[in-house]
Formats: sequence, C-alpha cells, structure tokens
Amino acid sequence: MLRKLLIGTALGSGLAFAAHAQDVKEVEMLHWWTSGGEAAALNVLKEDLAKQGFAWKDVPVAGGGGDAAMTALKAMVAAGNYPTASQMLGYTVLDYAAAGVMGDLTETAVKEGWDKSVPAALQKFSVYDGKWVAAPVNVHSVNWLWINKAVMDKIGGTEPKTFDDFIALLDKAKAAGVIPLALGGQNWQEATMFDSVVLSTGGPEFYKKAFNDLDEEQLKSDTMKKSFDNLAKLVTYVDPNFSGRDWNLATAMVIKGDALVQVMGDWAKGEFNAAKKTPGTDFLCYRFPGTDGSVVYNSDMFGMFDVPDDRKAAQAALATATLSKSFQSAFNVVKGSVPARTDVPDTDFDACGKKGMADLKAANEGGTLFGSLAQGYGAPPAVANAYKDVVSKFVHGQIKTSDEAVTQLVSAIEDAK
Amino acid sequence: MTTVATQIKLTPEHNARPGASVRSRLQDALPKIVLAPSFAITIVFVYGFILWTVYLSFTNSKTFPSYAITGSRAYQRLWRWTFESDPPSSWYTSITNMGIFGFLYIFICLALGLFLAILLDQKIRGEGVLRPIYLYPMALSFIVTGVAWKWFLDPGLGLEQTLHQWGWTSFHFDWIKNKDFVIYTVVIAGVWQASGFIMAMFLAGLRGIDGEIMKAAQIDGATTFQLYRRIVIPLLRPVFLSAFIVLAHLAIKSYDLVVALTSGGPGGSAWLPSNFMYEYTFKRNEMAVGSASAVIMLMTITAIIVPYLYSELRERPR
Repeated sequence: MLRKLLIGTALGSGLAFAAHAQDVKEVEMLHWWTSGGEAAALNVLKEDLAKQGFAWKDVPVAGGGGDAAMTALKAMVAAGNYPTASQMLGYTVLDYAAAGVMGDLTETAVKEGWDKSVPAALQKFSVYDGKWVAAPVNVHSVNWLWINKAVMDKIGGTEPKTFDDFIALLDKAKAAGVIPLALGGQNWQEATMFDSVVLSTGGPEFYKKAFNDLDEEQLKSDTMKKSFDNLAKLVTYVDPNFSGRDWNLATAMVIKGDALVQVMGDWAKGEFNAAKKTPGTDFLCYRFPGTDGSVVYNSDMFGMFDVPDDRKAAQAALATATLSKSFQSAFNVVKGSVPARTDVPDTDFDACGKKGMADLKAANEGGTLFGSLAQGYGAPPAVANAYKDVVSKFVHGQIKTSDEAVTQLVSAIEDAK
Repeated sequence: MTTVATQIKLTPEHNARPGASVRSRLQDALPKIVLAPSFAITIVFVYGFILWTVYLSFTNSKTFPSYAITGSRAYQRLWRWTFESDPPSSWYTSITNMGIFGFLYIFICLALGLFLAILLDQKIRGEGVLRPIYLYPMALSFIVTGVAWKWFLDPGLGLEQTLHQWGWTSFHFDWIKNKDFVIYTVVIAGVWQASGFIMAMFLAGLRGIDGEIMKAAQIDGATTFQLYRRIVIPLLRPVFLSAFIVLAHLAIKSYDLVVALTSGGPGGSAWLPSNFMYEYTFKRNEMAVGSASAVIMLMTITAIIVPYLYSELRERPR
C-alpha cells in the first residue's frame, strides 16, 4: 500500500516535471471587469490569445472599483502564487514593483516599440527602475462634461468655454426647471469633479505643481482657495438628494433628461452607449470649460508578475496582444476609453472617442497630460484618499470655508506623505 | 465515556488482551485529539494574528507588512486625530459614531426585545405565526438589510417619496443624506434586524421561569408591573448577559451595514472604527495605522466586556 503510494507520487511528480519542461500555454489573469460591457471588452483579448493557442484562466474578483481584487491579489502574492497578470491602477504597480514581485517586459517592449508609442506620462507607472513591468490597456480622462442634447436645445444653451459660461448655462437649466448638475455624492466622484475644477481655475501648470508634485506653496495658494469657491458654486446646482448616489445613477439622470450635465470620466460614455444613445444627436461631450487642450487621465494597466520561466512565453504573448493596435482599437471602442498608444487609427471610434484620442495625442506632445489625483494617478493612495476626504467634507459641510479647506488639504497631504 | 472505560477494565477477558489497554488509552485521549486541531487553529488564527497586528502597529508598514519596529507613530497620529473635532477627523467621527451606535443599538434592542417578548408571552393566539415574523430579519445578512433600508430611507425613492405621492407633501425625512443624522439610520436598520432575535432570547428566558414563583407572587398580591419589575426581569439576568454579548459584538463588527446602507455617509460621516480600519489598511495602504486602530478597538472592547463578564460570572451559583 505504502509502496504503491510512493510510486504513484514519484510518477505523478515525474509527470508534472515533464509537463513543466515545456512552456505552459496558459495565462492566469486577475481582474474586476465583470460587468457586461467590460466583460465583452476583455473577451476580445481572450479570443486574440486563443487564436495563438493560449488558454485563459480567468480570476475575476468583482466589486468596489477593484478594492476586493486588490485584497485578493495581496493574498495571492503573499502566498507566492503570482498570477500571470493582474489589472492594476497607478501606484499599486509601483508598490508591487518596489516589493520586487513584478516581471520584466523590456524585451517585448523594445521589440514592439512601446517607448515611442505609449505616452510618457503613462510610462511613469508602467516602467519601474528602467524595466517595463506593466502593459497599459487604455487611457481614461476625467475632465469631461456629459450633456443631454434635448435638454440643451430646450434651454437654448451653447458649449461653455469658460467657468463663468458654465455657471450661466447651469443657471439657465435651473430656470427651466431641470436639475442642472447630476452628481453622485461619494467622495471619489466629488474629488474627480474637483480635479477638473482645479485645472480650469488654475490652469495646467498649477494643476501639475499642486496635484502631481504636491507643492505646498501651490496647495495653500489663493488659486486653490478660489478652486474650492468654484466647487462650492457648482455644488449649489445639484439636487438635494445627491449624497451617496452611485455614479451610473447620476449618468442615468442625464440620459433620461432629468438633469442637464454630469462631470465625469469617459467611462460614463459606456452608460450612454448601453442606453443606445449616439454622441452628437442624443448627448454631447465637451471638455470641462477652461480645460480644453489638457487631459487629466487615469489608466488601467495589466501588471505582469515575475512568473516561472515556463510561463514567460505566455506572459509575453499576453503583453504583446494587449498593446497590439487591433486590440487597443477593438477594446477601447467597447470600453469607452481611448487607446494607450497614440498611433492607433481612430476609424472605429465615435465622435467623442475621436476627440479623446486627438486630445490625448496633443496633450502628450504639449506636456499637458496629467495624472488625476482623485483617481490615484497624481499621488500614492494615502495622499489621494486624504485629498478625497477633504473635498468630500467640504462638499458636505463638515469643512465650512475654503480657507479651512485649504488648511486641511495641506495638513492632510503632509500627514499622509 | 468514563463508565465505558471502567466497564472495559472490569471485564477480565478484556484485561488479558494487550490491545485493550491501547484502546482504552486511545479512548481517554480521544477528546484531546479531536479538540487539538481546532485548539491549534484558534491559537494561531485568532491569538497569533492579534499579536501580529499589535506588532505591525509599531512598524511603518504601508502596502505590505514591514518587520522593522519603528516606534509608535501610528498611535501618535490616532491620538492626535482623537481630539480633532472641528472639522472632524475620520477617526474622531468613527469613535463618536461607535459610541452613539453602540449605546443606542444595544439599549434599544434590549428594551424592544424584552417588550416584544413580554407581549408575546401573554398566551396569545397565533404566537407560532408572530414569532417567526419578528425573528425573520435576523436571517438576512447585513448587506441585504443595508440595501433594503437604503432604498426605503432614500428621500427620492422610498418612504418620503411614497408619502408625497399619497398627498402628505410636507413630510420630510432625509436623515440618510444628512451628515449629522446618518448614523441614526444605521441604528434604525440595525435595531430592525436584531431586536427580533433578542426577543426570541428573552422569550426563551421567560418560558424558563418557574410558574410556581409567579403564582406565589400573585397570591401575595403583586401587581403585574411589580411582578415583572421585581421578579421576572431580575430572573432574566443571565439572558441580559447573553443578549448584551451578542449585541455588543454585532455592534462592534458592523462594517457591512454601514457600507451597504450609506457607503460611508456624506463626507465619511457614518464611519465606524471597523470602516476606518479597513479603509486605512486596504485602501490607503497605511497598514500600520490600520493595525493600530484595530488594537485600540480590541482594547476598548476588552475594557468594557471583561469587567462586565467578571461581575456577572462571579455571582453565579456554583
């Protein structure tokens, strides 16, 4: 009995060894794209890889904008059980790279010419210590207005070019009896809107110094106070019931025509698409007034882990497929974002997507492509969340004046550094 | 168990076989062997990890645990935040909310549970139907309770909207959207869920009271109020202890209720310490601060529960 067991084990491990000598034709992918549109978008990649003969082992962890997935990833990595790749955001990639668990894609990157095609601002997060550790999948930008065209026509509004125009437009909507501004009162939504307000109030240079470099002089400047004043103005145009509302419900208010406009990242377009609305005829996408020419971005990345050698070929294939032009186009058309490389043809994209791609290219060349602080691309999570706290407390009245808000912002960021 | 063992020893033919003593020794050791795995698991996964958390709270762990002791900066920060009341720091909000929520939740659940149990105990018809109706909410998870109450309390969706449609347009109830009152909506949902269970506990206690004592009191001329005030409620003391412990731990671990009901509340005004701990450990990558807050939660609970348990258990008849 015992001998049989021993022989069985030996045979088994021998077989396992033999199998290991060849490459494992499988990618294990951890992600939180489980909702309909997102899952369909990811399916494009799955099929691309299947054509090359790689099996796809899905590790979906739904919920909470990736919080649950990141907790799962932490457990997997702590147990030494690295996935081939994981969906990751901004500073998380750098944290894991600093912990020494990320793989090295430099060979693939050189072969595919990523250095030139991927915007430099994104490379800050996908390249660590000179090595490519992640493949960016898309670029979202947050400084957008999403407007219901029927309501806009009814109130006779035109595209607002400055912040004051915007306030005038909101006044018109208020007079016409629609909710002017659809906002979900959750801290990340408020802070996402505030990113745009700061960019609009202080200009690109100010945004960069304050929210990417965390320069204290700028954080406590009068321009920042004015930004908080402007935010306070905007908040007077939301309905009383906004607190705690999910972002997609706020988008639905615009789709249905209950509200005129939402300030939200371009993932909102996915909601319009799902409701079978067409840009230009049903809804309008404008840059947040006063931010045209700049792009405040966040990006989904596939972080590539330091897997055993026999899985490296599959990983390289995954990375190549992720940044291939065909996948970048097909995926981002479905997802609502724009490609993470600037040399993808825009033929399949709708009007908003085309504008987004042109803006990204221009911002990349002009040096006005900035990480969104609210979305975790401006500073590490501790700082970004301290920032969200302050903005949210200001919107909901725990912080009463913009002077106090600025003081709180400086000390909260200092504390979290 | 012991009787079985003695029987075996007493039988001579069993004694003669050497296997029997092994067997009886095995039988003696069996309870220890069976308990050992769960004992070991508890030691490692409860007490071991408590110690680990304490250790981490003195390091500068961020995203991942780091093992170099760097001092008590995490505690210093929490201590400073404890007194930041205007504008309230997240920690200040969390601990004041814990006080409000813990007190009201436990107190209202006990009062309501006892009241319902006394009413149900009046030998009424249809008790078999009524009891499960009150008990049912306990079968729901906090997430379900939270979502249901979120919709019900939402001014644009639930109660307020419905009453407006029925014509009572001046009705106004927006606590769930109000930073100063949102914690009370958590109390409402929590009480709704747990009071039925507490009622069942009290009902069991009431059924366990000897009818003779009641009759004796009635013969002595006690009014119903006196009967309950002087005899029934003091006799229910052990039930109060059990109910208190069940409620206290439910109150302290209510994380999911806050998330499902309010997603943190306007500007984070509905946070409890457990939300604070999760936010800092997993979302903000400040593991040391998260661990320190967990340690403080544990010490607070210990400070409340241990003296109470001690005073209650010491007086019990042996």
